[in-house]
Amino acid sequence: MAQMTMIQAITDALRVELKNDENVLVYGEDVGQNGGVFRATEGLQDEFGEDRVFDTPLAESGIAGISIGLATQGFRPVPEIQFFGFVYEAMDAINGQMARLRYRSGNTVSMPVTIRSPFGGGVHTPELHADSLEGLITQQPGMKVVIPSGPYDAKGLLIQSIRDNDPVVFLEHMKLYRSFREEVPEDDYTIDLGKANVVREGNDVTLVAYGAMVHSALKAAEDLEKDGIDAEVIDLRTVMPVDFDTIIESVEKTNRMVMVQEAQRQAGIASYVVSNVQERAILHLEAPILTVAAPDTVYAFTQAEEVWLPNYNDIIEKVNKVINF
Amino acid sequence: MKRSLENIEEQFETFQILNEEGKIVNEDAMPELSDEDLKEIMYRMVYTRILDQRSIALNRQGRLGFYAPTAGQEASQLGTQFALEKEDFILPGYRDVPQLIWHGLPLYQAFLFSRGHYHGNQMPEGVNAFSPQIIIGAQYTQAAGVALGMKKRDKKAVAITYTGDGGTSQGDFYEGINFAGAYQAPAIFVVQNNQFAISVPVEQQTAAKTLAQKAVAAGIEGIQVDGMDILAVYAATKDARERAVNGEGPTLIETLTYRYGPHTMAGDDPTRYRTEDMDSEWEKKDPIVRFRKFLEEKGLWTEEEENEVIEKAKEEIKAAIKKTDEQPKQKVSDLISNMYEELPAHLQEQMEEYKAKESK
Ligand SMILES: Cc1ncc(C[n+]2csc(CCOP(=O)(O)OP(=O)(O)O)c2C)c(N)n1
Ligand SMILES: [Mg+2]
Repeated sequence: MAQMTMIQAITDALRVELKNDENVLVYGEDVGQNGGVFRATEGLQDEFGEDRVFDTPLAESGIAGISIGLATQGFRPVPEIQFFGFVYEAMDAINGQMARLRYRSGNTVSMPVTIRSPFGGGVHTPELHADSLEGLITQQPGMKVVIPSGPYDAKGLLIQSIRDNDPVVFLEHMKLYRSFREEVPEDDYTIDLGKANVVREGNDVTLVAYGAMVHSALKAAEDLEKDGIDAEVIDLRTVMPVDFDTIIESVEKTNRMVMVQEAQRQAGIASYVVSNVQERAILHLEAPILTVAAPDTVYAFTQAEEVWLPNYNDIIEKVNKVINF
Repeated sequence: MKRSLENIEEQFETFQILNEEGKIVNEDAMPELSDEDLKEIMYRMVYTRILDQRSIALNRQGRLGFYAPTAGQEASQLGTQFALEKEDFILPGYRDVPQLIWHGLPLYQAFLFSRGHYHGNQMPEGVNAFSPQIIIGAQYTQAAGVALGMKKRDKKAVAITYTGDGGTSQGDFYEGINFAGAYQAPAIFVVQNNQFAISVPVEQQTAAKTLAQKAVAAGIEGIQVDGMDILAVYAATKDARERAVNGEGPTLIETLTYRYGPHTMAGDDPTRYRTEDMDSEWEKKDPIVRFRKFLEEKGLWTEEEENEVIEKAKEEIKAAIKKTDEQPKQKVSDLISNMYEELPAHLQEQMEEYKAKESK
């Protein structure tokens, strides 16, 4: 076992799969010699050659589009969109085409594509770099969306995503890239897609979060414990499909829930999760399910970013409301 | 069978007026510029180089945010802008802040843009421009629209837009030049070919030998210019502008240039993808050095004058930073109020929530 940052764990997962399966291809803007703008593909071109790890012209629609084509030739593409805000350029290729191919081919064509991309707030990027746009993809039937909250999960989930025969968007929160290390096994291991992880057990309230917000939820839970509130924290890991069984099981125990996302209230997956949970568990709920989310503006200009982003105080506030309902 | 790519480079031979030694090599093409104009051009280039140096330093001190260095590209940026009139509309990329400044954007607003404050994006009355585009290529289709609108309004003005070598790979690039061609709209599409898109060299970006030749497919004029020669850049833009306002359609201008610094100040390391040899080859072509030689030869420029410009630039930058610091802090409630002309109910509610928090 080694101590790894999330970015190292991602590089490691790519290396494992490039080794395991000669059909895996890694490409995108600056991923070759430069190793990617975050160094996620550092050293991979030297190790596996330009045939398997390569730079592309600057065009996201092209990057996603060739992935469809390469998949027809038996490859398992792992393209990178340099920042997920640029996905708008590739929306037809992803949601309009890739997502629908299995369906429109009458289940005769698979699209084993894993689109990796950094996103997430708090790192002072210019416009359209930090936006939480997972909701755009989860709204498209046919796509899977994975958002790891740390190094161990990132490696296991990325390997599983690459092995999955349906298209996956794998979103990497920039703030988590180098913020902490974890024990990560050096060999390969997988974490199932569509399975949530109970990262903290508790009896009084269920906090459902994903990505960087898992850490805000954990921090809030620690503070709440001092006030005698015992919060359970669920990391969704995969935001499409959502593991409702794990959430319902928890809510049946705690009878209260707060949904947490970094995306704006009107975006992300909170509304989808909350509506499903209330349908299945309304009789177990002692209070309405509340949501912590960013306000419904375009992603904040850098100078207001810290206030705009949801934080653990916002979570504590909402938890107190559901507890005292 | 005639092959279409045969001799394509000849057709797009690099247009140059002032060579690296500061000598005029193309007298016939020399644009009409008064001595005063020539001095103004030098003034702007020296000023902009200082602005770049100061911006990099300020970024390192944490006093500026997002910044894409401009040194090396002064002739491409300022030569195109100098050919414009006030009523022309600029659609810049993230590296094209100097053009905005010389088109009338106050320095302190450029700094606010860098810091991520919305006031940096509010163009003052009479400054016809959008704030810098972050999404590569998006400005190209928008420029075609601005130009089409100008044509419909019978304006004697042009839309000018900028991207880099990398930007020419985007779908928006092709759509933009094609639309403008189809409508014969008064647009000027500038490609600053600084040889790299972050780390990717232009030879890997495309099989096209020149980027100017991409104009051919759109049926518009295309020209490759020595982008370190401000006289050539100016002359090419002036010519494109004249044809555009006369209803003769859009032009694609490729300028061959180089960025001396890193891609942006956010951790790019140029030593990973280019050599010192390449850097020094391009530094020999420096736009300011050759223009200084040219002006000194004509007796139009002295070291003292240059030092005065440098001092003036430094002082103005200092004053602008002070003004930047004095701007009111941006609040989430400001962002909410900038969302719609009339705030919908859900945002009014959120506005109250944030105002309450902000007043605590
Ligand atoms: C749609 C989109 N894709 C990717 C990026 C990330 N990115 C920013 S600049 C850049 C390279 C641009 O190169 P070029 O067009 O040559 O312009 P230069 O920076 O050299 O001036 C890339 C890939 C972006 N901003 N927008
Ligand atoms: Mg470039």
